[in-house]
Amino acid sequence: MNVEQLSIFLENKPGRLEAITRIFEQGGINIRALSLADTTEFGILRLIVNDNDKAKGLLNENGYTVGINEVVAVEVEDRPGGLHRILMALSQEGINVEYMYAFVRQSGRNAVLIFRFDNVPAATALLKREGVRVIDDKDLYAM
Amino acid sequence: MIFNEEFETMPREALETIQLRRLQATVARVYNAVPFYRRRFDEAGVKPGDIRALEDLRKLPFTCKTDLRDNYPYGMFAVPMDNVTRIHASSGTTGKPTVVGYTGRDIQTWAEMMARSLVAAGTRKDDIVHNAYGYGLFTGGLGVHYGAEKLGASVIPISGGNTKRQVMIMKDFGPTVLTCTPSYALHVAETAEEMRVSFRDLKFKAGIFGAEPWSERMRQEIERKLNLKAMDIYGLSEVMGPGVAVECIEDQSGLHIFEDHFIPEIINPRTGEVLPFGTPGELVFTTITKEAFPVIRYRTRDLSVLHPEPCRCGRTIVRMGRIQGRSDDMLIIRGVNVFPSQIESVIMETRKFEPHYQLVVERVANLDQLTVRVEVNERMFSDAIKNLQSVERELEKNIRETLGVTTVVKLVEPKSIQRSEGKAVRVIDQRNY
Repeated sequence: MNVEQLSIFLENKPGRLEAITRIFEQGGINIRALSLADTTEFGILRLIVNDNDKAKGLLNENGYTVGINEVVAVEVEDRPGGLHRILMALSQEGINVEYMYAFVRQSGRNAVLIFRFDNVPAATALLKREGVRVIDDKDLYAM
Repeated sequence: MIFNEEFETMPREALETIQLRRLQATVARVYNAVPFYRRRFDEAGVKPGDIRALEDLRKLPFTCKTDLRDNYPYGMFAVPMDNVTRIHASSGTTGKPTVVGYTGRDIQTWAEMMARSLVAAGTRKDDIVHNAYGYGLFTGGLGVHYGAEKLGASVIPISGGNTKRQVMIMKDFGPTVLTCTPSYALHVAETAEEMRVSFRDLKFKAGIFGAEPWSERMRQEIERKLNLKAMDIYGLSEVMGPGVAVECIEDQSGLHIFEDHFIPEIINPRTGEVLPFGTPGELVFTTITKEAFPVIRYRTRDLSVLHPEPCRCGRTIVRMGRIQGRSDDMLIIRGVNVFPSQIESVIMETRKFEPHYQLVVERVANLDQLTVRVEVNERMFSDAIKNLQSVERELEKNIRETLGVTTVVKLVEPKSIQRSEGKAVRVIDQRNY
């Protein structure tokens, strides 16, 4: 199974992000990776957590609008050119990256990249063909 | 200066004699020609013959904007379409506009009212009128235009918008009288400043500003920035259009109502009780010369007050105070009437949205800006910014196409708009008049 990402609509004003982390702290939700996209008016917080269902339930209870999307998590060697090799392959195939973000694992030598594609199956097939390691959901949530 | 000395300075008694005769004729005509009025008068148990004195006007039922909507589009017309030569429209309370009609004689009457207004504000035959009211279904542009022609002044039919070009024309054509909304006047001043054009070098002596409420403070600002005398004008398409009442340049305090054509009353908006002179309340008009679209005791929802004292300009007709507000929730955005209920219907017709919204009105660079704050929900939500922005643009487009007003749509968090027990707080008006 591919990785699922939660996204949350937030108004761009003080205290909004803190309200989310408070809910997670109280609910025992652990954040694996996150990225925040913002405009002058609003932002979208994108998160990968250890328990999607529970997190979404808590957020809905507190009145947030939550979206769930399939994203692709891949492991890249943490050295120059690691990301470039992947993007080159995607570009040659004409696959558009909607957005992406990364985190570096403390223990390993590898970084983890989270990609949002329009066409997930095509992108996943290409990455596998290129020998890129695509991480499945259970492995990622357990990291 | 007075355009029609006879009617504008008539002794009260003579004026009331004319008013009564015209009122009786109008009431008889609408009773026979407009099924809506016949039904209403019958329900109230009043016959045209019961109107024996001006006070008997109170026996007649009120007419509201919803009545006009219920008879959309031509149900309130009192003449066959053969005799109608012009149609205008303004916003209704829901998606449908309010439609009004004019015979050839109505257009003549209107031109006379506007000629009187222009002269009261200091305009003469040799003046050049820069008319920046919008031309079209809105009555502002053509109303002023016909009045200026009737007077014999030169009119520049520039209409609204394209402000830099307007400033260039002001500089090159040398207009002496400006007509537009008060907020647009200030916007023009700001644009001129950016273009390094000083109003001291222009030829304006007077401006006639209306179609939206404004204040003494704003008058001072306009007079200072545009280097002219600023007069307030009042009108609404249901009654006729601009030229129902106007301030004189001599006194600039209160708008003279042309009572030989319109009978004003002030009522308590809750009870309908007629209030005495000097007591603020809702302004009600009865037209007594209009042919195509007469209105009987039309409730304007505008709050004002009537003063009967003659003015030092020589006019004996009654004056109304500046509009102090509305007795309903209508907003006037850059001269366009907007009801929150209209915006709500567009929100509901635009897929995905729920009716949790709030309207914020501000003055940005002297122009009204209407922001529609509407709650995001899971049906429209997306993890990509561009999708959410296109949701905002879609609603802006739908509102613009349906209501003719430009808005800024902003998505806000769910449940962030206050819910209230009764009527929700839909409008936050931050404009200072």
